[in-house]
Amino acid sequence: MTHTELAAAVDVTLTLGGREVLRGASVDVRAGEVLALVGPNGAGKSTLLAALAADLRPASGTVRLAGREARAWRVAELARHRAVLPQHPALTFPFTAAEVVAMGRAPWARTPMAEADGAIVAACLADCEVAELAGRPFAELSGGEKARVALARVLAQRTALLMLDEPTAALDLRHQELVMRVCRERAGAGDGVVVVLHDLGLAAAHCDRVAVLREGAIAACGPPREVFTPALLSEVYRQPVDVLTHPARDEPIVLPVRSPRTAPLGESA
Amino acid sequence: MTTLATRPPRTRTGARAGTVLAMAIALAVLAAASAALGAFDIPLADLAGSALHRLGLGGRELDRVAESVLWNVRLPRVALAVLVGASLGCAGALMQGVFGNPLADPGTIGVSSGAAVGAVTAIGFGATAFGAWTVPAFAFTGGLVTVGGVYLLSRGEGGTRVVGLILTGIAVNAFAGALIGLVMSTVDNARLTGITFWQLGSMAQATWPKVLAVLPCALLGLIVAPRYARRLDLLALGERPARHLGVDVERLRLTLIVLVALLTAAAVSVSGIIGFVGLVVPHLLRMIAGPGHRFLIPGSALGGALVLLTADLAARTLAAPAELPLGVLTALIGSPFFFWLLRATRAKSGGWG
Repeated sequence: MTHTELAAAVDVTLTLGGREVLRGASVDVRAGEVLALVGPNGAGKSTLLAALAADLRPASGTVRLAGREARAWRVAELARHRAVLPQHPALTFPFTAAEVVAMGRAPWARTPMAEADGAIVAACLADCEVAELAGRPFAELSGGEKARVALARVLAQRTALLMLDEPTAALDLRHQELVMRVCRERAGAGDGVVVVLHDLGLAAAHCDRVAVLREGAIAACGPPREVFTPALLSEVYRQPVDVLTHPARDEPIVLPVRSPRTAPLGESA
Repeated sequence: MTTLATRPPRTRTGARAGTVLAMAIALAVLAAASAALGAFDIPLADLAGSALHRLGLGGRELDRVAESVLWNVRLPRVALAVLVGASLGCAGALMQGVFGNPLADPGTIGVSSGAAVGAVTAIGFGATAFGAWTVPAFAFTGGLVTVGGVYLLSRGEGGTRVVGLILTGIAVNAFAGALIGLVMSTVDNARLTGITFWQLGSMAQATWPKVLAVLPCALLGLIVAPRYARRLDLLALGERPARHLGVDVERLRLTLIVLVALLTAAAVSVSGIIGFVGLVVPHLLRMIAGPGHRFLIPGSALGGALVLLTADLAARTLAAPAELPLGVLTALIGSPFFFWLLRATRAKSGGWG
């Protein structure tokens, strides 16, 4: 089996503020698939994403992008290969949503690709269902609206590799599905998507592979059905879980094991 | 639907064009007024005639006194006010963009004070190493050392912290003030008077050689600055997202720091510390026409020129025949604005974000 490798971490160790956050993590991101990074808080998901994005330099091990070592890339080249959605989108001056999305086109300025700027920005605003917010200042939007505008900006960058750090954290049910659908569409078009998720249900439903992180290393990596076993998840999350199968679709559903005593008071009365 | 979605950006484009046009017209009118008004009034018709005559397009020469007042006193003063104002406005817009904070300007960070130390040293010890460019050269060196020092000192792991930056600016201002005091305590009375007047910020001693002395610094800064507009827009997303979009953030910062030092040196070396122009002008323009730096940088230069020309005209006509110090006038209006801005910023972001 051959895959087009868009990014890969090989045995990466990385220290932040004296703490070893990644300890020999290896993972690859392939064209045409959605890969989820999941794991408990502090397991190193965001740090692994940052290492793959060439933001952080590993202490040992290698990060490759499109087969080339991360440190050999120039900042401007990277911007045309991968787009990154930060966990907390911020903005210091009162730019409008449309202006923010148009910033995603910056890497293509003065290239033939720039001709399509207007059309791409409009399409990305529509894809994320924020077209009607286009003229509003970004700072005045709600958390969920900001998250979708930020995603539209990242999509507007039109890179082969998308890296999203918790894109669904601030979103309601409907928009969580919207974001994951957008990820699937991009993978369907041949791009690679790597996404940090907390919701294992979303990961199971929309991702081709999931990588489960435990204390800075990959505990398991593969299709959700194979990786999401009660034994592994209970151990990694230090919380007993049940894994059921969706009655209509062949899709694992992960639920924490709850004792009856923790049920709401009203029901037992 | 579509009109609702697209209207605000279109209004902004309109606001930008309108603002630029209005400022350009106001600048032309004020320049003419500044040239005409004063202790020796020159009618506008004579002004036009003399200008046409000098350009070899007809018109007629004025009598000797009027001709001399116009060409050797008034016009260099107008030119100097425009250059200094444009430099300050542009430097303010750049600094606010670099540090992602509307409170940053050459004054708050201490660049002006640093440049002033250089200028005072040159004036106080009568240095002539670079001829007419001695004071600007010293001011540039002082400004560059200061802004570089502030940058290095306030730079934490992974970037520049705004709080640290502004607090460092306070310390730098105090240190620069001490150095200026030290120089002033060692020089003779004549030089001391010169420094004192220079420090208050005034255009009164404007001459063509002085205009030429600041022209290279100011022009270079003003011409190069707009090239960095788009990258400054991206910096508003934060350092890491800007890098994700292809901006070499460290290099951008260093380049802009040199530009700010150049522009500040141009302004400080001829007219002392004129505060708040770089703070107020970009902020007002952002409120009128949005924060895009492709408009904001040239717009702030134009706006700064307009504000300083107005202030200078007021400074020399309000209390005529006496002349108010220009720096005092801008600070009188600018300080309350700074205070208001401080409160508004804290109310909005709950602190110093």
